[in-house]
Amino acid sequence: MKFGVVVFPGTWSDCDFHYVISELLRQPVEYVWHRSPDLSEFDCMILPGGFSYGDYLRAGAIAGRSPVVEALPDFAARGGLVLGSCNGFQILCEAGILPGALMKNECLQYRCQSTHLLVENAETPFTRGTRPGQVLKMPISHGEGKYYCDRQTLRTLKERNQIVFRYCTESGDVTGEANPNGSLENIAGIINDEGTVLGLMPHPERAAEGAMGVTDGLLIFHSLLGGLVEAGSFLKR
Amino acid sequence: MRARVFVTLKRGILDVQGTAVKRALEGLGFTEVKDLRMGKVLEVELELQDAARARSRLEEMCQKLLANPVMEEFSVEIVDNGTRPTLPERARGD
Repeated sequence: MKFGVVVFPGTWSDCDFHYVISELLRQPVEYVWHRSPDLSEFDCMILPGGFSYGDYLRAGAIAGRSPVVEALPDFAARGGLVLGSCNGFQILCEAGILPGALMKNECLQYRCQSTHLLVENAETPFTRGTRPGQVLKMPISHGEGKYYCDRQTLRTLKERNQIVFRYCTESGDVTGEANPNGSLENIAGIINDEGTVLGLMPHPERAAEGAMGVTDGLLIFHSLLGGLVEAGSFLKR
Repeated sequence: MRARVFVTLKRGILDVQGTAVKRALEGLGFTEVKDLRMGKVLEVELELQDAARARSRLEEMCQKLLANPVMEEFSVEIVDNGTRPTLPERARGD
């Protein structure tokens, strides 16, 4: 039962995730340098936010081709779980592990603000502690978070219930005003078809204790831990 | 061998940066600008002599890293094969 927090040059939310997992959840966690392809000792890998490799070329493009990311498909196929937040989501899309892409915010502004998220799929290992239609409050902090995919991919995402979070109003309405970055159909987070890799632009690690003003991010961690407690380990070792 | 790779957003995808620049040009009086799309130019020097081979390798680079096929398209231009003046010299007008 162990978390790995991946660190790229330019990652900035690694310490936040490490703090939440070690200090608030009291779970074993280790930093994993981006050159490490060996994930055998972990159950859940976290790709934190930041600006990996300076986000040169495109956000997450270079990180998406790094040894640790290239090891993720095998890791997930063995039952490991992967959570990518912010730059982590961008990296997962760039690596082709999740469909679609994150583009420059439609407003052209870097958006650092609180958002509300509608839980669309509460049957994932990351959201099993929530209920469908629940509204979670979590901050975002990004310049390139506009989710885009082609029509066919969008259809597939909907058919397979892969849209996990949408930006919404406080009361749970999915509106244009509640969409901070111009994401297609307010998409804030998606999961892969197998239900093992979640990517989301918001920061659950920055909404994890009272001092942060909001604790809804903990629901994602608690969801993960619930599965760990029941199964002992995700990995089919 | 020198080459240029052009990466732009696919047609039909809103280019917010290009739109902002177009608006700024309008503000400066350049009202004739009908459309403006921004992209990237990558100048690449290759240790290859054969233009066809260079083109095929560059296309492979675009597919694997330089362009994101979800939202971008690319084109490759072989600038010179080593016999003509290099880019910076030509830019200076030499």
